Order: sequence, then C-alpha cells, then structure tokens
Amino acid sequence: METNADAKMMQDYHRYTFRKILFIAGCIVAMFITLGYATTVGSSGITIWEAYAGIWNHFFNPDAVDETIDWVLFDVRLPRIMTGLVAGMSLGVAGAAMQSMMKNPLADPYTTGLSSGASFGATLALGLGLSVAGVGGTIGLVTTAFVFSLIPAMVIIGVSSLRNTSAATMILAGIAVMYLFNACTTIIKLTLSEQSLSAVFQWSIGDLSGSSWTSFLVILIFAVIGTIILMLLSKQLNILITGDKNATALGLDAHKLRITLLILISLMAASVVCFTGIIGFIGLVAPHIVRIFLGSDNRYLIPASAAFGAVLLMVADLISRVIIAPTFLPVGVITAFIGCPLFLYLLIKQRKSFW
Amino acid sequence: MQMKVEMKDLEFGYDPNVPVLKGITQTLDKPEFVCIMGPNGVGKSTLIHCMNKILKPSSGFVYINDKEVREYKLKELAGHMGYVPNASEDSFPLSVVDTVMVGLQNDHKFGTSDDDLQKVYDVLRLMKIQHLAMRDFNELSAGQHQKVMLARGLVRTPEIVLLDEPTSNLDVRHQLEVTKVLSELPRQKGMLVIMISHDINITAKYADRIIMLHGGGIYAVGTPSEVITKENIRTVYGVDADVIDVNGRPHVILNESLEDSEDI
Repeated sequence: METNADAKMMQDYHRYTFRKILFIAGCIVAMFITLGYATTVGSSGITIWEAYAGIWNHFFNPDAVDETIDWVLFDVRLPRIMTGLVAGMSLGVAGAAMQSMMKNPLADPYTTGLSSGASFGATLALGLGLSVAGVGGTIGLVTTAFVFSLIPAMVIIGVSSLRNTSAATMILAGIAVMYLFNACTTIIKLTLSEQSLSAVFQWSIGDLSGSSWTSFLVILIFAVIGTIILMLLSKQLNILITGDKNATALGLDAHKLRITLLILISLMAASVVCFTGIIGFIGLVAPHIVRIFLGSDNRYLIPASAAFGAVLLMVADLISRVIIAPTFLPVGVITAFIGCPLFLYLLIKQRKSFW
Repeated sequence: MQMKVEMKDLEFGYDPNVPVLKGITQTLDKPEFVCIMGPNGVGKSTLIHCMNKILKPSSGFVYINDKEVREYKLKELAGHMGYVPNASEDSFPLSVVDTVMVGLQNDHKFGTSDDDLQKVYDVLRLMKIQHLAMRDFNELSAGQHQKVMLARGLVRTPEIVLLDEPTSNLDVRHQLEVTKVLSELPRQKGMLVIMISHDINITAKYADRIIMLHGGGIYAVGTPSEVITKENIRTVYGVDADVIDVNGRPHVILNESLEDSEDI
C-alpha cells in the first residue's frame, strides 16, 4: 500500500521536474529562434535559413561562404545580437540569484548600487576624460565604468564584514551608497558641456549599438563562469531562502555565502553595464516571469532565467531596431515597454502568489 | 548512537550588561523527550540557539557529544542536530517535497535521488501530510507550515533535535498528535528530542523530563510530577492553579493570574 503510494508520489515528483526541464528547453529553443530571426532584420534582406546556413558555413564549411552574407552577419549584426544574448543571460541570472540571496522580490542586479557606481565612472570618463586605464575612448570608458560599478559592492561587503548583517541591511547599505554616487555624478554633470552631457545621457539609458565581438567575449566569460558557479550553489541558495537561522542550523554560513554571491553577481552585472550602460528591468522581471512558470527552486530558476533573460533582451533589441527604423530607440526603453505590460498581465492572471 | 548536550555555567545576553541566561548547567545524555518551559522572554529560544550555534554564548560552555560547540564547523554540528524554528522565514516558496528536502543537507549534489525522495515521503507520512507533497509551501495554512517545518527538521533523523514551539499554530487535535509523535521518537529512533512548549498539560502528558526556566536560570528540572506543581506554577508563571493527578501524570487547572506577580 505504502510502496504503491510512494511510487505514485515519486512519479508525480519526476513529472513535476520534467515539466521544469521542458520549460528550460523551450526557453533555449526560443533563444535560438530569436537569434536566427534577429539576424534577418535590417536593410540587407537575409532570410532566416540563409542566416542559419551562413553561420554554419562560417564555422564548418568555409568553401560555401557567401562573402556579403558573411559580412552582414559577422561584422554587422551578430556582434550586437550576441552581445544582447549574453547580456540578457547575465542580467537574468544575476537578478534571480540576487532576489534569492536578498530574500527580496524587488532586488535586481543593480540593488547594490552598482548602476550608480557605473554611471559615476562613465561620467568621469565621458565628461572629464578621466580613466582608470589611463587611456581614453571606449577602453577608458568601459574599464572606468567597470571599476566604479564594483565600488558599492565593496562598500557593502566592508560594512557587512564588520558585523554579520542581514540581507535587509545589505540592501540599505547599497541604497545609501547609491545616493552618494548619484550626488557625485550630479555635481560633475553640472560642470559639463552640452555635448558631454548628451554622451553621458546616451550611455545611461542602456544601448547595444556599440556592441562588438570584444564586448560579447568579455560578457560571455563572466556570464558562463558566473552561471556555472551559481548553478553549483543553487541548492545552498535554496537553503538560504528558508531564513538565516534555519540556514545556520542546517550548517550553512549565510553571511559567507551572501558575500560570495554578491561578488559573483556584481562581476556579472558590471561586465554588462560597462559595455551597454544601464539596461533595466531584465534582471528584475525575467526571474519573476520564470518563477510564475517554474517556482522558486534555484536549480531550475537560474538556467531558465539565463535563457529567458537572453530572449527578453534580444526581442527588446529587435523591437528597438525596427520600431522607428532607420533610426532606433535605446533598448533600455524597450525592455521597460514590453517587460512592464507582460509582467503586469502575468501578475494579474496568476491566481496564486509566488513569493 | 551518542547524544549528549552538556551546558556548563552558560551565560548569554544580547546586551553584555543584561544577561538573558545565566548559570545554566545541565546535562542531557540519553534518548528522551525533554521539554523546556517558562514564561515569555525567559530565554527558552535563546537557550536552544546557544546549543546549535545560532547564538554565541557570552560565557560558559556548551558541549555536544563531548566537543565544545565553538570547535564545531557549522556543517559538522548540523550533522548531529536537527532544528525546527517557531515560525517560517521562507521567502520564495518551494514545493513541500523540495522544502523538506532542504533538511537533508545534501547541497553537494545537484539532483534528487529516489533515496532522498523516499526519506522525504517517510517523514511526510510521519507528520500525516503526505497529501500535501506537491503543493507549494505558501499555499498552506500556518498549521500545515509548522508540520512541514517539523518534517524538514526530522527528515535526516538526527541524534538530537531542537524544536522551538513547534505546535504553536496547531489546533488541539494536531497538537496532541504531533506531540505524541515527537514523544515516541526517543524510543523508536533513539533520538534526544528537546522541545520548547507553552502548553503545560500536553507537556505534562508526554514529556520524559521538564526543564523550567525562571529569572534567566533553571528553576526546576525533573519528571512532570516533580516540576509541575502548584508552587512552581505560581512562582514561574504568576498564576494560581490546581494540579491534579490523571493516570499518574499531573494535570493543571488554571484559576487566575496573580496581580502582584512580576510582569513578564
């Protein structure tokens, strides 16, 4: 009797797990379809099959390469699309992990004040020509934004190391540092010319138009390493969401784990923000939409948020390119325009609460 | 299976000048159902949190299986002790099976084996909540939450389990059922079960031993008949009560609160 009941319960659980894996697989397929479709959009007409064939030939059949298609794909479109893919992946994963570690549905990769640090760095580089790398141009901008984006996280780690602090204290410390950096940025902006101010503004709204294979590679490295480590820590994250006292009783040092996660998330988000500027909403909304379908088990939430974040950002970028073609809207604006109604619809439609 | 909790001159205070607990010396070293009683704010939860390293004692020692808790790594200590908090802090809910699975502490492996699932189903059955297995934790009632947390604390069958008012949200029938299950664990599984309880009569009915706290220290220790007396209830709780004998166990009939007793 009990054996039968247990077999039935195990079957139910395996079916439940299978549904989650199916959802992740669906997100990955959607990612590849979006990627293929995005390569067809632009002034040079390429069909989706030409695009897939072009990518295949580029790597595996060089004799069959069509020079024009290859140039359009690999020199014009793919650097931007692939940067969008890995940036969306990083922001989705960082958002999911940040929400779980902070036990807060409002947390996103920028919760630590990372975006304010990056903005300050970008303002220094674009407005005053100051750069941590000692060189100007894109390298100067990217390195300065990267280094400054990590300062708020370092302050939080410093504050929380003085005493074992809770997740809420970490969020508050992040907000305090954010206000300080915003004030510093405002002071610098007051001294800038109209042209410099415009450059700073352009950077701050988030944009993929400056993407290159370099930006793709850098974000990819942080995204892949970060996602793998976070997946390995996903069961520990599941313990962390049961509360600090319980986590301690289960043998987990909640404080140490939070510091490790904070470093990882900050590096992932910083690698994105320094190239693309502040693309909001993906890190907040992608994990929540995934939660509606998958629940909060971080073993599935993290890979699904990676794939869904990538799809969301690629779709947003696609819309930003075509909506007022031949010019385009910054992707940061589009992510909010499509993410917000989608999120509100799902929130209203959802019968049960998921946090 | 060794199970020994030894406290020597244990003292703890959130403010160093105001100790919550002082001079606690007690040894628990055999499978039994021990209940900790006392009024609100006397330090019951603080005492069990000093045992499982959630809190660090200001002075004195706690030995678990003859090793001082400070020398234990968290993981190693957790291997000896289960813990059931008095309220759920779970933020993003998992399914009931996954919530209980967290208690297995198998975070070194990614997947879920049938062996793990079997342990989870066994403990769900023990708590009579197997029908909730695939439900989301946040869809459950407060009482059901408490049963799931009990299952999470017991799923590994640890040598020692600490329970912080695990029946406070349960109705009378479920309080009786759960307390009975817990009281049988020492005999059935050889565990040392240490539970904080506010219900004097249910405690008197099932406890093997009671530790009664008062004024930051241990006021009385012994069998229910030795500890639950008219005088002790008057001193510790500030309540006038009659204690009668029912099947060899004390049973308390509460009369009235004593107005001149110290406010707790």
